[in-house]
Amino acid sequence: MIGIINYGAGNIFSLTAALDRLNLQYGMVDTEADLEKYSHIIIPGVGHAGAAMEKLKDTGLVEAIKKLTKPVLGICVGMQLITEHSEEGNADLLDIVPVKTKKFDKTLNIKIPHMGWNAVSPKNNSLFEGVEDNTQFYFVHSYFIEYNPTFDIASADYGLTFSAAVQKDNFYGVQFHPEKSGKAGELILKNFSNLSL
Amino acid sequence: MLSKRIIPCLDVKDGRTVKGVNFVDLRDAGDPVELAAQYAQQGADELVFLDITATHERRKTMIEMVKAVARQLNIPFTIGGGITEIADAEALLNAGADKISINSAAVRNPKLIEELAKAFGVQFVVLAVDTKHVDGKNRVHLNGGRLITELETENWIKQAEDLGAGEILLTSMDHDGTKAGFDCGLLSKINQMINIPIIASGGAGNMDHFTEVFQKANVDAALAASVFHYGEILIPDLKQELSRNQIPVRI
Repeated sequence: MIGIINYGAGNIFSLTAALDRLNLQYGMVDTEADLEKYSHIIIPGVGHAGAAMEKLKDTGLVEAIKKLTKPVLGICVGMQLITEHSEEGNADLLDIVPVKTKKFDKTLNIKIPHMGWNAVSPKNNSLFEGVEDNTQFYFVHSYFIEYNPTFDIASADYGLTFSAAVQKDNFYGVQFHPEKSGKAGELILKNFSNLSL
Repeated sequence: MLSKRIIPCLDVKDGRTVKGVNFVDLRDAGDPVELAAQYAQQGADELVFLDITATHERRKTMIEMVKAVARQLNIPFTIGGGITEIADAEALLNAGADKISINSAAVRNPKLIEELAKAFGVQFVVLAVDTKHVDGKNRVHLNGGRLITELETENWIKQAEDLGAGEILLTSMDHDGTKAGFDCGLLSKINQMINIPIIASGGAGNMDHFTEVFQKANVDAALAASVFHYGEILIPDLKQELSRNQIPVRI
């Protein structure tokens, strides 16, 4: 069963609706004790990374999350939270995956926010099992995670190459919204629920 | 690479879609949930729902509809119509809407754009602009084009971007309903002025018009209603055609 970190950063209706459609059971994580109840943990999030980090700190869950050994999936800003730092609000983050979250640069001649369906190139990774190269996912973000071959499990190009998904040990993150990415996104959620470590 | 988006627009009244549709396989063409699911299955990249009779009393019906759509739909959608304050937007966000579109309320109170962007992020705020060419100038119109304002379209859109609009939905009243093609000249001009995505609206009549607006105006998305609802253009065919013309689309 999936536990969703309930820290008030953005709406989770679409995420829970997607899990319902997939018949995946879930519940909310409000306290450290709740973390024990679930086999998989999702960190959702939209909006400002710095503000989201402050909200996460307010829950008192930061240290417990960092110590988790079960599969964890950060989505969008939830993915950015597991990186070490974001240029958004110059915020120090969870520092689970040693990569940085940076702002898209207007001088690359791209529209910001990066909004819409973008092709993704996954590596051979359980989270992307069954997902073909160049499958498109739905992105909405103005900050991106720098490409680092050690932690990248799926890359995307938008003015530059960035990480659409990262992994370090049991911690996974996806920049796109699987709950809004059609069948491909549903496959990601399903694959995540099947991960065992 | 980022794909160009195809967006069907559905008019909603009292929680029901109102424009006629002639899809086969629909049990109830007025049911926004069923129609939305059908479009998602056909390969629509996003949907826009416009509440054409939005009043405070009817807001509750709308929220229920948004929730029902969000439960079923696995692509993003925008809700527009009658959003005048933060509380309206928040209720729609909590019901599962990905974006909201504001029009008249932003013209009357431009600070609303700033407040919405601050509260929910720029990605949540779509500014819809209805424009018409009057006496050599592009002027912003309200109430579906019936009411002219003092605002020049170019200035207003630039101001809205600075205030925090995350996307522009630009409808040319001169082209809307003509089925003679999008207003590529104006769209191109606006597109070069701004650094946020722009959705072209008004004038779609055939598949060539979509190719043209992406090639000539390089817009990020194209929106249409009747050509999709009446089955004059099928989304899978349109995407194939765009792809043949080297326009990046999600197939």
